[in-house]
Amino acid sequence: MAKPKVAFFDFACCEGCQIEFTNYGEPAFLELIKHVDVVEFREAMSEKTKDPIDIAFIEGSFTREGDRARLEEIRKRAKIVIAYGQCATTAGINALKNHTADYRKEVYGKDAGMPHLDSQKAQPISAVIKVDYNAFGCPVNKVEVLQIVSHLLHGKEPVIPDYPVCVECKRRETICRYEEGDHCMGQTARAGCGAPCPADGIPCEACRGFVSDANQAALKKALIQKAGFSEARAEGKSRMFTANQRGDAK
Amino acid sequence: MKKDIKIDVHHLTRVEGHGNIVVNVKSGKVEKCEWQVPEAPRFFEAMVRGRHYSEVARITSRICGICSVGHTLASVKASEAALGIRVTEQTFKLRELLKHAENFDSHVLHVYFLVAPDLAGAPSVFPLVKTHGEVVARALRLKRLAHEWGSLIGGRTTHPTTVVPGGFTKLPAKKELETLKERLLAAVPDLQATLKTVLSLAGAIPAFDRPTEYLALSSDDAYALYDGQVQSCLPDGKRQRWPVSDYRKVTNEYMTPLSTAKYTKNLRESYAAGALSRFNNNYDQLHAEAKKAAAALGLKPVCGNPYLNSAAQVVEIVHSAYDSLRLIDELLKSGIREEGLVKPTKYAQGAGAVEVPRGILFHEYAYDKEGMCTMGNCIIPTNQNHANIQKDFDKLVPELLAKDKSEKEMELALEMLVRAYDPCISCSTHYLDVKFVK
Repeated sequence: MAKPKVAFFDFACCEGCQIEFTNYGEPAFLELIKHVDVVEFREAMSEKTKDPIDIAFIEGSFTREGDRARLEEIRKRAKIVIAYGQCATTAGINALKNHTADYRKEVYGKDAGMPHLDSQKAQPISAVIKVDYNAFGCPVNKVEVLQIVSHLLHGKEPVIPDYPVCVECKRRETICRYEEGDHCMGQTARAGCGAPCPADGIPCEACRGFVSDANQAALKKALIQKAGFSEARAEGKSRMFTANQRGDAK
Repeated sequence: MKKDIKIDVHHLTRVEGHGNIVVNVKSGKVEKCEWQVPEAPRFFEAMVRGRHYSEVARITSRICGICSVGHTLASVKASEAALGIRVTEQTFKLRELLKHAENFDSHVLHVYFLVAPDLAGAPSVFPLVKTHGEVVARALRLKRLAHEWGSLIGGRTTHPTTVVPGGFTKLPAKKELETLKERLLAAVPDLQATLKTVLSLAGAIPAFDRPTEYLALSSDDAYALYDGQVQSCLPDGKRQRWPVSDYRKVTNEYMTPLSTAKYTKNLRESYAAGALSRFNNNYDQLHAEAKKAAAALGLKPVCGNPYLNSAAQVVEIVHSAYDSLRLIDELLKSGIREEGLVKPTKYAQGAGAVEVPRGILFHEYAYDKEGMCTMGNCIIPTNQNHANIQKDFDKLVPELLAKDKSEKEMELALEMLVRAYDPCISCSTHYLDVKFVK
């Protein structure tokens, strides 16, 4: 197989997942680019192409109708589309604005009506085009990304975890945040990150979204009964990165 | 000389976020010359309302993937001001060490990956792997060092975990700090080689002079990155300081149809923020080794060439490495202690500022009695630079026309100018604003 052509594209996001790509260090990065040919990556390179692409990494959420054509064009050119990072997979943190109606006014005040400030609700890119694989996380787990690429290069199906973060905390013997008098969302959060947050002394906030059959009512109950949250705070907390996956998603 | 020029750079490459350059010249007359910012706005200020103070920084960190450490630090500082929290000396020093890691990290990325290709006549760093293999390998070594240095203190560098209002949830071990010190010392030859590489390419840095107002944090105690007051330095060297809580009086945000990011101005029609602004404001407090690097690069305050922002970044890379060695020694001498988090003493409104790689960053929040956020406001360095970039364009385009530059040369000169500012556009269109709780 010839070196696959890889390209990176970005929509509404912080571009932090692209930055993770530069954090591999010398051996892994130089090895990686022996196996793939990076043909387009606006944040890092001026080269552009109209040619077909083997793997397109798309970062960011779909928030403006004006971005639809660009997404469709990428889909047409790409054999495989990977939604890269949480903004692309579920709209992650961007979707927090979806349940508020006044976000434009709150931010731009009297200028909110200016046409170039258009922004609809934040959606995953799968709302516009077919996505073949998801690299979850805010940010992505760069080791998992290497595994996904490696699987694809070997013609195998990437394995994307669909079990909760609690499994990974147990595996690395992290004391449960609830035992420490804190709260946590790890019981319904999708694993694959390696559970760094509870190990660093902060709660899991489900930045990779929910597992596919998450018991959202039980999560809220735990936040209220075990962590002592008010109803409103439990609601808000369980929406942090998962607004689009909740029962009340807009 | 009476020529037509049409430049339309849609989504400029090798910058973080989306920006356009549009220039129309008809028969030698400039009809349009615009720096446009079409980045999709994301509305963070609306997102933090109703959030507990312990999670606000983890939301606003997501404004930017490159300077998420800086957003986290500005955010916890603002929350601490609002909550009446005074952090310990150990926390202060560890945060300074973390701030150095971020600036070092981002400057390495910018100088090697985003700017150097222009100077070496390449479209990106990828072709340089073949032609300048050792330079690329060195860049990756330095990038990795910075990433692991920041991760040791902040948990990770993209959206840090351990930095919270009141202190740190996890501390580095003595052994880990000793190892970091060894690695920084071992990186000195790479720093010297960086300076040499930049000097070898410096001939390609355009000559251009448009002195402006330079805004940066400033402190009597240190070359201000983590903490200080707001200071303005004018081209004649005249300086003025304001407390961080007066940041709105200094930034004066306004909207423009050219941009989804707000613009700012202070004493003149625009001002600059970033490495060159810090250098111009605070040169005297640089580490001696950083001053040597500045001398080698021919960089002197007050410098009015915005293209030399990248050179100022190189000076700061050296400063951050050496000042971090000092901080590590002090931390090792006093010993790392488990201190617990400092608790809130009030619930009110407060502002915080840090110097992120691209310049001065302000966050401000108000909290209710339950510790829930009622208002957020963030003013991003790149916003503060947008108006100044436009003013540079207004002066540069006629100068390039007078020199009879071709369309292609003009386009490259304008692209390089924007890149020199190292804009972080997704940051700048995060948009938050501001309702005062009266």
